[in-house]
Amino acid sequence: MIAAPGTSLWFAQHEWRLAWRDWLAMMSGGRRKRLRRAVIAVSIFVIFMHFVAYLVVGRYANTAPDKAALVAITGSALLSWLLMISQAMESTTRAFYARSDLDLILASPVAAEKVFAVRIVTVALSMAMMALPLAAPFIDILIARGGWRWLGAYGLVAAMGAAATALAVGLSVALFRVIGARRTRFVAQVVAAVIGAAFVIGLQIAAILSYGTISRISMLQSQILLAHMPDTGSIVWWPARAALGDGMALIGVLAVSMASLAATIAIVAPRFGGYAITAAGVDASSVVQVRASTTFRATSPRRALRTKEWTLLRRDPWLVSQTLMQMLYLLPPAVLLWRSFNDGNGAYQLLVPVLVMAAGQLAGGLAWLAISGEDSPDLVASAPVPSGFIVRAKIEAVLGVIAMVFAPLVAALAVASPWHALVTTVGIVIAAIAATSIQLWFRTQAKRSQFRRRQVSSRLATFAEAFSSIGWAATAAVAAASLTLAIAPALLALLVVAGTWLMSPRPQPHAV
Amino acid sequence: MQHFAPPFALEIVGLVKHFDRPAVDGLNLNVRAGEFYALLGPNGAGKTTTLRMIAGLLRPDAGTIRVAGVDALADPVAAKRLMAWISDEPMIYDKLTPREYLEFVAGLWGLAPALAEPRAQELLGWLELAPHAQERCEGFSKGMRQKVALAGALIHEPRLIILDEPLTGLDAGSARQVKNVLRQRARAGGTVIMTTHILDVAERMADRIGVIARGKLIAEGTLEELRLKARIRETSGASAGANDRASLEDTFLALVAEAAETA
Repeated sequence: MIAAPGTSLWFAQHEWRLAWRDWLAMMSGGRRKRLRRAVIAVSIFVIFMHFVAYLVVGRYANTAPDKAALVAITGSALLSWLLMISQAMESTTRAFYARSDLDLILASPVAAEKVFAVRIVTVALSMAMMALPLAAPFIDILIARGGWRWLGAYGLVAAMGAAATALAVGLSVALFRVIGARRTRFVAQVVAAVIGAAFVIGLQIAAILSYGTISRISMLQSQILLAHMPDTGSIVWWPARAALGDGMALIGVLAVSMASLAATIAIVAPRFGGYAITAAGVDASSVVQVRASTTFRATSPRRALRTKEWTLLRRDPWLVSQTLMQMLYLLPPAVLLWRSFNDGNGAYQLLVPVLVMAAGQLAGGLAWLAISGEDSPDLVASAPVPSGFIVRAKIEAVLGVIAMVFAPLVAALAVASPWHALVTTVGIVIAAIAATSIQLWFRTQAKRSQFRRRQVSSRLATFAEAFSSIGWAATAAVAAASLTLAIAPALLALLVVAGTWLMSPRPQPHAV
Repeated sequence: MQHFAPPFALEIVGLVKHFDRPAVDGLNLNVRAGEFYALLGPNGAGKTTTLRMIAGLLRPDAGTIRVAGVDALADPVAAKRLMAWISDEPMIYDKLTPREYLEFVAGLWGLAPALAEPRAQELLGWLELAPHAQERCEGFSKGMRQKVALAGALIHEPRLIILDEPLTGLDAGSARQVKNVLRQRARAGGTVIMTTHILDVAERMADRIGVIARGKLIAEGTLEELRLKARIRETSGASAGANDRASLEDTFLALVAEAAETA
């Protein structure tokens, strides 16, 4: 059915078509053969996730709605909801600032609020859809083992998507009005990242301070927490009750979230065009003066490349926030390190994998910026230096940042436990090199401003980077206790890296 | 000891590049040192592919490229040292200032600061970028960005400057500045090879013009020589007088049409 042009339904069809084609292109890279492979990979992932879900929640399927269950479900839902808010804030900010088709829409005689209303609904839908691949296997297992009442959990996911979008749009618009278009882009990204990380980090720090462990599960299951929670009849537990199959709670949660989304659309959609036009004026009017350096410095091509990478990163607060936001997750280990200094309880073992994992992830992001996010690829390729030389300089730039970020933590660890510091250093170097190599094998040509989209440009590279970091983190954790036992996880991590290399696209004979 | 400059700044023999179809198909081209050479052709004729292969940004399937006597495929680093490449999309960094950009390019080409700095000042002055030398490029217009890219291309005083549609999207003032700098460069002995769709620019600036279609050089010479080759009187039935005064546009269209008929 084709809706009448200019109607909300027509715009919805247009958005859906674009989203569908984007998704297909992302999965297949424009090749039918790859689409088939992607379908097989997704199927394997779904089966694997169901297996994981069976191991994790299978035994809780027939749980009674007591306070412990309500706290655990609410905690998990809250964590997911905060991540949804974070993602929705990013999507909303992108809608303000990304020009794409906004000029066309705003220049056309249709009522722009219809488009923006559709786009806000699309954000809400995409939030729910993004949560489903991870949530659905758990819900399916709970339904299979605990009965149809768990279907309510799907309703809860939809309600969470709607409420998260309403809140995110409201927050973004509030920021826009309070601090202005120029600063909102950066601040909203930071706020989004902090919201996404705050709950996990908060729970971890609370667990460290209370129990000396980094596990957030132990905090959610603690007697102290349960003792301070409201009674099981409280409205606070409605979302958890909805997931457990309480029909009234589900209707209540859905009604509140949908009403908040509808209210947000009614208030924001008519003003969205104005915000977008204001945001469009930001870049054009910005003139940033840089303090004059007195003279040109003597430099080699390799040093020129390294300095350029560092300068570009340093001068882009948005990119700095995106890359270093991963460092937020280093806060709990830093607290653990500080606490272990006082107690001498040997918790260093826990720090090793966290630091190695963070180094791998940070290196992956930086490597993408340096290798794929080169804004002037032709200039660099036309320079009179061998291509291998350029790659080496860029890898050095990445490793330089990793060294700068992790050296203070490793140095502190070295004072307390030189052995753990040594293992961590080796782990960080290997994880960073592996993540950088993966980005090198999957290099594309993109703009630095597309950094947020790097994860969707190659799912394989993203997963490989994550699994490689996890593998090296596990290897380092085991190696800290026993070098012999570390051989097995090291081989697995090597296998991940080697497999990724085998699956990477063969380099085309481009530059001479 | 007496040095003999090679007669050609650029020699291309039998250049071939296939994508899904042949993009460049056995191209032969010679450009003399100090010459301003304009490469014309319809969309998809193979102009950009040719220039990218010369600049070392694309590997040819067959053929040879020599830049000032240096085999660009056997020793690309030595050839790149003699060249500069500018595309229609200015290759600059938003977060660097023009001065920092020039310092970076000078570093890439291994230029000594004592040599690079005065040259940078001079170029920024010529291109009227001096007042903006300490501003980040992110707020610059397309014309200013293209001028920054041009300054970067000239800082190492290349013997061969390769430009792909350098005037696209520039206003009249910026276009004139770019043209003046290129003309000066050619007068000073540098070789310029440029593609353009603005035939008037080619007509006024180029010493020789090459017309490329379907990956082959179909005609080459001065405007007068091209007029003769185009045989406009035969193809369009125009009078001999009209043929004498035929613009490059008429000549170009006639040559391309003739090539299409032949194919």
